[in-house]
Parts: sequence; C-alpha cells; structure tokens
Amino acid sequence: MEKPPSPPRLTRLWDPLFKGTTAALAYMVLILLVAVCLALLHQGALAFRTFGWHFLVSKAWDPANNHFGALIPIYGTLVSSLIAIVIAVPVSLGIALFITELAPRWLRQPVSAAIELLAAIPSIIFGMWGLFTFAPWFSGYEPWISDHLGSIPGVGALFRGPPFGIGMLTAGIILAIMIIPFIASIMREVFLLTPPLLKESAYGVGATTWEVLRNVVLPYTRTAVAGGIFLGLGRALGETMAVTFVIGNAHSISASLLNPGYSIAAALANEFTEAFSPLYKSSLIALGFILFIITFIILVLAKLLLLRLERAQGEST
Amino acid sequence: MSGTAPPEPKISVRNLNFHYGKFHALKNISLDVAEREVTAFIGPSGCGKSTLLRVFNRMYALYPNQVATGEVLLDQQNILDRRQDLHHLRSRVGMVFQKPTPFPMSIYDNIAFGVRLHERLKKGAMDDRIEAALRQAALWDEVKDKLKQSGMSLSGGQQQRLCIARAIAVRPDVLLLDEPASALDPISTLKIEELIYELRQNYTIVIVTHNMQQAARVSDYTAFMYLGELVEFGDTNSIFTNPSQRQTEDYITGRYG
Repeated sequence: MEKPPSPPRLTRLWDPLFKGTTAALAYMVLILLVAVCLALLHQGALAFRTFGWHFLVSKAWDPANNHFGALIPIYGTLVSSLIAIVIAVPVSLGIALFITELAPRWLRQPVSAAIELLAAIPSIIFGMWGLFTFAPWFSGYEPWISDHLGSIPGVGALFRGPPFGIGMLTAGIILAIMIIPFIASIMREVFLLTPPLLKESAYGVGATTWEVLRNVVLPYTRTAVAGGIFLGLGRALGETMAVTFVIGNAHSISASLLNPGYSIAAALANEFTEAFSPLYKSSLIALGFILFIITFIILVLAKLLLLRLERAQGEST
Repeated sequence: MSGTAPPEPKISVRNLNFHYGKFHALKNISLDVAEREVTAFIGPSGCGKSTLLRVFNRMYALYPNQVATGEVLLDQQNILDRRQDLHHLRSRVGMVFQKPTPFPMSIYDNIAFGVRLHERLKKGAMDDRIEAALRQAALWDEVKDKLKQSGMSLSGGQQQRLCIARAIAVRPDVLLLDEPASALDPISTLKIEELIYELRQNYTIVIVTHNMQQAARVSDYTAFMYLGELVEFGDTNSIFTNPSQRQTEDYITGRYG
C-alpha cells in the first residue's frame, strides 16, 4: 500500500533549529570558560613577564617598590584548605555513614535537611561568625593548644604561636564547617548507590554493620568518595569572604598554624581597590589565574573520580 | 496441607507470620526442612517464597518495618528469639542471592572475608580452607592461578560460584539459595544445578526458584506457595506428577504465574 505524501510541514524545520539553539547555549559555557581563562592570562601577563617563574616562588609583596610574588597567598590557600579537608573528611564520613546506615528512619530526613541548610548559609555569615564569635572563643583555647600540642616533637612547631584567635587554623576550621555539607551529602549519595544485595551478602556471611561499611561500602565507593573530597577541596580553595575575615591577612609564612596568613582569594578581595599601578593590578590578576588553574585541576579530578562509580554502576545494572 | 513430614527436620517452621509494615506477606506457614536434602520453594512472584527464605537467616532484620512472628527452629532452637546472635546464625546459615555479588576485593579475600569474621586462621590453614571452598564450588581449576585478581573480573557464572564458595567457606549447616541462577545463561545455570546436586551431601539446602523445571531437577522436596500461604508441600516427585491441590496443578502446568 502506498503511503499518502505527507503534507509539507513547517514544524520539520523546528528540530534542527531547536537543536542548534540548545547546542549554542551549551557551547557558550565552554566558550565562557576558555574566555575567562584567556582574559586572566592576558591581564596577568605583565606580572608573569616581569617576574617570570620567580613570581610563583617569591615571598615578596611590596606595592611601594612594585615587587610581587605569589608564594605567600598560594601557601595560605593550600594550607588552609588542607586543614579544612583534614577536619572535614572524617566528620563528613561519620555523618554520611550515620545517615545512610545507622540512623533510625525517622531521623534520616531531618539530619540530611539540616546538613543541606548548613550549605545554604552565605559564606559572609560564616566569616562574620568566625571573626566575632568563633575567633574570640577559640583564642581562649589557643594557649592550651600552644602549651600541650606545641611540645610534641616534630609537629609541635605547627601549634606554637600567639593566641590571636584569627589565623591559619581558624580559617581552616571555618572552611571545614563550610565544606562539610558538600562532602557529607556527596558521600551520602554514593553510599546509597551501593547495591543493597552487595550489603546483604556481607551481612549474610555474618558481618557486623561496621565490617560491612569498612570492607564493602567504602571499597565499593572509594573513588566517588575521593571525588567528593576533591569537590570539597575545590570549594575550600576558592572560598573568599569567610577566609578573608579570619585568616589574618598578614603577608607572612610561618610554620605555626596559629599565626595569621593570607590566601589568594583574600588577597584579591582586600587589595583590588588599592592596586593603582599596572604591575600591582596585573600581579593580582595573575594570582587569580593561578587560583583558577589550581581549582580547575582539582574539580576536573573530582568529576573524573565521581564518574567512575557511575560508570561501574551502569555496568552492573 | 498434604505431604509427608520429611525425616530429621533441620529447620521447623511453626505458625510463621510475616509483615512488611501492614502487608501480611506470610500467613501461618508451618513446614519442615529435611537435613541434607534440597527443599525448593516455588510459586508466582509475590507469593512470599523469598520472604520465607529470608526469615531463615533473619536477613529481614536489617529492615525496621519487617516483622516475623511464630517459631523457626534450627536444630530445635528458635532463631526468631530476640536473644539470637545474628552473626552466629548467619555463620550457620549461608545465603546466595539472585545476582552474583562479589565484594570489591580479590577472589582470595572474597572468600577469606567471611571466614575471618568468625575464626582466626593461620595463613596455611586459610589457604587450605579457601582451596577447599573453591573446589566444592567447582571453581578451583578456573581461578587457582589468579586468586589475587578482583572477584569482579570473573564471568557471571563464575561470580555466582564464587559466592557459593564464599558461603561454604564459613562452614554453615544450611545454604539458602535465592533464585541463584536467574541472572545466568543456560550453561552456567546447568553448572550451578550440578553443584547443588553435589552440595546436598554436606549441606541442608533451601532454594527459591521461579523455574519449575529447575525445582523438579534439583530438589527432593517442594513447597508451592501462593499469596503468602503454603498451598502444598511434599516430595518433589509427587508434587510434580500428582499434586493434591488444584492450585498447584494449575501452576505447574503453566496456567498462571
């Protein structure tokens, strides 16, 4: 039987048009990403040309003599984020395991919601809270930290210092509080991806909850858990306001975590208004470029690790 | 209910009722599972056969809204007793699931995992235990040169035999098989069935299957369940050749289910 010829339809044009529009919107994100990167590089070029690779390893930050180096803010960014991760990972792990495996059903939803609300607090609030509430309170305990942890051979130097309240350790703690919700909710999600049958099999040979978590859930989800940690790290690296409030904003590197320090984001936030010379401004933008690159690498790594579990998940179902 | 009581019950179920929340999933079940024989549970989806199986190692206890009442005696002891140590129970009653569930670790550790939970063995003794379990599961020859490889690298059929080896290695008395071949190809299925035939010499086996030919091939006793009730229970031959209940006959001749 012959098909009647279909009437010419305008709608047939819609599909390619629709596809083209959505594709353009999607590509715009990529273009933006590249454009931002190039703009930073372009405007930071003066600093990179002037100081060469010394810019990365120089401790100098002397606007009066137009001499700049990125080492102190880079160090501060990395160390405060590292402190945050060291504190946030075990706490998040505990929270996520409790919610997914141990908490009674009626408690799960409220606890998850509370954690998500923690993520909704604007970072400036954390900064103010850190500066006006946490830091004064914490400074009361810093002499104790200095006296007790400071005498441990090896790591003691990290904890010897003046009780300012603000400083690297305080920044790390505030950052930890800020990234715990992200890490905990990613961990919670990946733990829920563990096939129930796999867990039952472990219970089925007589394992306790702890043994199932330790030997089955964690190994099964380890790459995704690592991805979640990197995602949190990425956030900690770029966090500006809260860190600016509590890190101390001092251009110095010190072994002690109780001493004030500086981070890239804090330097940018503090100094843009006073950067009058082209080289000063370019140096700040170059700092921004470095932060962009560090964060970008960490986040790409996070995404790749998270993808691996999803792919494994796809294969098994 | 008809059928002869099997000799020497390993497990005796007495007036068992099971609820998922408000849903009454098992209604007054009573039956005996014979020692070192294969007992099959058959019936259409949702009839409660898997639920019944999961009572025998109290797997349901993982889920707060699942409740069993009545008695399930394993060697004369009521395992539904709230004082029952679940870890000990599960070392005596092993389980294999619908889909292969190798743990994310090496073949060796997959089997050693369960053993380590209950016993401290020296390296040599552990090696022997693992070899014995793999041999019993008819997997030794295929994996003996790659015990360090991930259990997930094996084929589906091999993975399921690994899971059987894992269950055996703990030295249980009872093996629960929950549709153990439902995710496998015909050749792997045949291997699992041959294995069940071998294993009945040493273990009391309870198998849930939706495949009636499989039940007929591997089991000594068959229970037919429907809508949470035990319709008929007896030796497999008479259930399949001369069922006493109309419902059983309808089911095994393929009229519903």
